[in-house]
Amino acid sequence: MPDVIPSFPHRQSAHCESGVAANLLTHHGLPLSEAMAFGIGSGLFFGYFPFVRINHLPLTTFRTAPGWIIRKVGRRLGVRVTFRTFRDEASGMAELDRLLSEGVPVGAQTGVYWLPYFPPALRFHFNAHNLVVCGKEGDSYRISDPVIGEPVLCGAADLTRARFARGPLAPNGKLFFLTNVPKTVDPVPAIREAIRDVCRLMTRIPIPLIGVRGMRYLANRVESWPSRLGERGALLYLGNVIRMQEEVGTGGGGFRFIYAAFLQEAAAVLDEPRLLDFSQRMTAIGDHWRDFAVAGARLCKGRPQGNDDFPALARIVRECADAEDGLFRELDSSMRSGRHAVRR
Amino acid sequence: MRRKDVPQDRGLFGEWKEVSYAVDDDGRYTMVPSAGWEPANIANNMAWESIEAEVGAVLSKVRAGELSPLAYHMARHQMDPGLLAGYAGLFRWQVRRHMKPAPFRRISTAIAERYAAIFRITTEELMATPECDPPAGTRK
Repeated sequence: MPDVIPSFPHRQSAHCESGVAANLLTHHGLPLSEAMAFGIGSGLFFGYFPFVRINHLPLTTFRTAPGWIIRKVGRRLGVRVTFRTFRDEASGMAELDRLLSEGVPVGAQTGVYWLPYFPPALRFHFNAHNLVVCGKEGDSYRISDPVIGEPVLCGAADLTRARFARGPLAPNGKLFFLTNVPKTVDPVPAIREAIRDVCRLMTRIPIPLIGVRGMRYLANRVESWPSRLGERGALLYLGNVIRMQEEVGTGGGGFRFIYAAFLQEAAAVLDEPRLLDFSQRMTAIGDHWRDFAVAGARLCKGRPQGNDDFPALARIVRECADAEDGLFRELDSSMRSGRHAVRR
Repeated sequence: MRRKDVPQDRGLFGEWKEVSYAVDDDGRYTMVPSAGWEPANIANNMAWESIEAEVGAVLSKVRAGELSPLAYHMARHQMDPGLLAGYAGLFRWQVRRHMKPAPFRRISTAIAERYAAIFRITTEELMATPECDPPAGTRK
């Protein structure tokens, strides 16, 4: 007998983790857009970690660490999120089956390399993908993968492999599900706390690799790449930053557009028209990040135009850093002084 | 980004579309399907080209007897010794050793089966020197 949760509200999203959070909450009776989940989970971030290597390339990220969005959304909305990891595959799959038989849609962290339905061009050893398992049909699982248009079927062997992928950020079969979901929640304090959290992460962490400091650090590195790495190496590093910024899952502009969408929605929820201005400025910053990708890709392709070179790229990154620096400082003080001010 | 500017540059994804956030004429954010964006496609292509170059380089070393066929299967699956060691439940140094032709020929059947299962091939395919030109990785 197929064990399916027929009503699971699958919606395709830009980013897997905010999509999973939004779909799970919606299923449990708290309708939430992806942008709202991303914002309340304080998903926006920047970090450049040259000593952490993924495929020999330095780690660049425009989002918070995997799992933070779901944890923060749960905490701020008063929903308990239970996480489980497993030592061995058999008990990991058994627990999944048990939860499904109780009618619980289950979130899972997986690698993408072994997922057969994933676009082949995106199959790298990336282990922080999130999806929802919403049913079992025979020996296959019905999966609501937020970056895919429709729920898909995935064989048990493939899903097992994806859940127990090895390497950096290995998921160890991690499952999560919501319990104790309140009937209604007041989103106002959650949104304010979430915005202030992002402002803090982006402007006030005294580590030069994080937030706007990290962007300026990246700008300096971009300038030094050609002399330190040679032409070929510099282009590989550059291509990697462009991929982290634009390749699937960011909604464009390194998550800046999805965050702008959140600020716009938040303006209505909080009844704070000032947030609309911040949203527009965020959109402009996202557009400027896109300029970086356009110029960088021309360099990668060997077809530079005008003054496309590494110093010019560094300048764009610095301009983005300055713009975000100003925006998040003002946003923070506006959240402190606004109608529903929060005190820390 | 404006709705009408959402790029539709078909690249490597085939029929599949991703979601982009863009503002419509009233300034409201909407989710818009996008077939891809040229700069992202270029960067993605570059990543695959470097994987394919790596596979080609490893393959010629395998044929020249400098590396074992295992190294070829690893390159094809974008695996370094640490990652394969994780999947196989071995130490990194063991995988490194098996990347050399002579020690690889002497591996036990059990370990050969373990490797073959990871790559989803038979042990004969695992042990044989690949004859054809490198297939284009897992991208097709």
